[in-house]
Amino acid sequence: MHDFASSLSLAVNLILSGDAELWSIVLLSLRVSLTAVAVAAVIGMPVGAALAVGRFAGRRALIVLMNALMGLPPVVVGLMVYLMLSNSGPLGVLQLLYTPTAMIIAQVVLVTPIVAALTRQVVEDIDAEYAEQLRSIGVSRLASVPTLLWDGRTSLLTAVLAGFGRATAEVGAVIIVGGNINHVTRVMTTTIALETSKGNLALALALGAILMLIAISVNAAVGLLGATSERAAHA
Amino acid sequence: MPDTTIAHSFDESHIAQAERSVASHTDSILPVSVTDLAFTADGKRLVYIDRLTLRAGGSTIIMGPNGAGKSLLLRLLHGLIGASEGTVLFNSQPMSARVRRRQAMVFQRPVVLRRSVRANIDYALSAHGYRGLNRRERLRDLLEMGELADMARQRARTLSGGEQQRLALVRAVAASPDLLFLDEPTSSLDPASTHRIEALIRRFAEEGTKIVMVTHDLGQARRLADEIVFMHHGKVTEQTPANVFFDRPSSPAARDFITGGLLV
Ligand SMILES: Nc1ncnc2c1ncn2[C@@H]1O[C@H](COP(=O)(O)OP(=O)(O)O)[C@@H](O)[C@H]1O
Ligand SMILES: [Mg+2]
Repeated sequence: MHDFASSLSLAVNLILSGDAELWSIVLLSLRVSLTAVAVAAVIGMPVGAALAVGRFAGRRALIVLMNALMGLPPVVVGLMVYLMLSNSGPLGVLQLLYTPTAMIIAQVVLVTPIVAALTRQVVEDIDAEYAEQLRSIGVSRLASVPTLLWDGRTSLLTAVLAGFGRATAEVGAVIIVGGNINHVTRVMTTTIALETSKGNLALALALGAILMLIAISVNAAVGLLGATSERAAHA
Repeated sequence: MPDTTIAHSFDESHIAQAERSVASHTDSILPVSVTDLAFTADGKRLVYIDRLTLRAGGSTIIMGPNGAGKSLLLRLLHGLIGASEGTVLFNSQPMSARVRRRQAMVFQRPVVLRRSVRANIDYALSAHGYRGLNRRERLRDLLEMGELADMARQRARTLSGGEQQRLALVRAVAASPDLLFLDEPTSSLDPASTHRIEALIRRFAEEGTKIVMVTHDLGQARRLADEIVFMHHGKVTEQTPANVFFDRPSSPAARDFITGGLLV
């Protein structure tokens, strides 16, 4: 009990004193996850929109694939990306294994299906309402996509935040492809796992607190956005 | 001789303008001619119209019981759904991007974009190729026309039903169409809102837009119609001048409809 109390006070100290190691880990985490989410949004939104308004061969298969990818356990994604990036893998020449880039790639694989699936839902719903009106104005199906995305912006932001939540919280994928190397690929989740097993609870607790704060903020933002779009929809 | 050059080019631009206005007149998409138009779904022929002509000038009101196929007919004419058979010609031309630009439709439930009132109108103007000063002036005129100037920056979805429908109306006429389809635009509005919508419709008609409107409201039909098209079971049973229709409708179905005794 004494152990826990002293660890806790040490953790608070770490956070408040602006401990360099702690904050470099937090910043790396944010850099990796924010980049991954940005890339996932750039890929996932057009894919989701295409699945919503497009009528092409393989559309159903793509939707099934996307839904399957959405449920993949992070360790499996980590393993797949590891195999791609390892020296004997197809992308081995790029020498990306155990770099932040590898972690970004793994998180992109994790987050893109979420963004794409949610985007498809949002765009499909708005399209059901708008399609005839836009056609009447003379806007083609393809040209209507930016309109549908823009008018779904609140819900799409929710999708992106959900993706960010998953990216920052997962540990399985980044630990496999990042290797949890000190000062290079150590992010919040992997550090918590390692430091806890080493018995260094102070750093783990401090990072846990920050991670929790991020998760709560993301959830609050999602809730707030949801309430706003709800009001707009029923006004 | 710089003076004559200027005068010359001035003359030319006037001639060009005159030619344009003549061209736009002969380019009108009216009359609309329907021949053997059919819409079939699940083996059922929901609309079948062998001949129907909608001429420029005057408002045509389409009446008929629920399920008669009035909304389907408007969608077929406006090209929102494809016909199973038959043709719709606009001044002898089939539907095209140009023909579409000259017509518009307002739906029973107004579809307003999740944007401000002015952005809703601006969207249509932009889609129709309005740019710069032209666009700003037209936007201002349309806001005024719909009595929406005070709410220009408000989110369109926070407007009342009547205001949303006024927005849908002025957005529809953004590019001064030759032809405006209206599908029961006032069916969910109170009398005051209905009155304002009717005033707008009357104004569009006076400015030369052909109105083709579905309504269930006999009073509204009497107020707005120059001509009545009556539909029953997917067919047009009569097309009559309004005064004749309300005095002595020729089809039994229309007679029963007016007296409230029509059974679908
Ligand atoms: N896309 C469609 N597919 C199949 N049936 C339809 C479709 N649209 C309308 N219908 C049917 O066609 C009939 C006419 O519909 P509608 O034109 O909406 O009638 P109304 O005269 O009341 O506007 C109705 O029985 C309706 O259920
Ligand atoms: Mg109808």
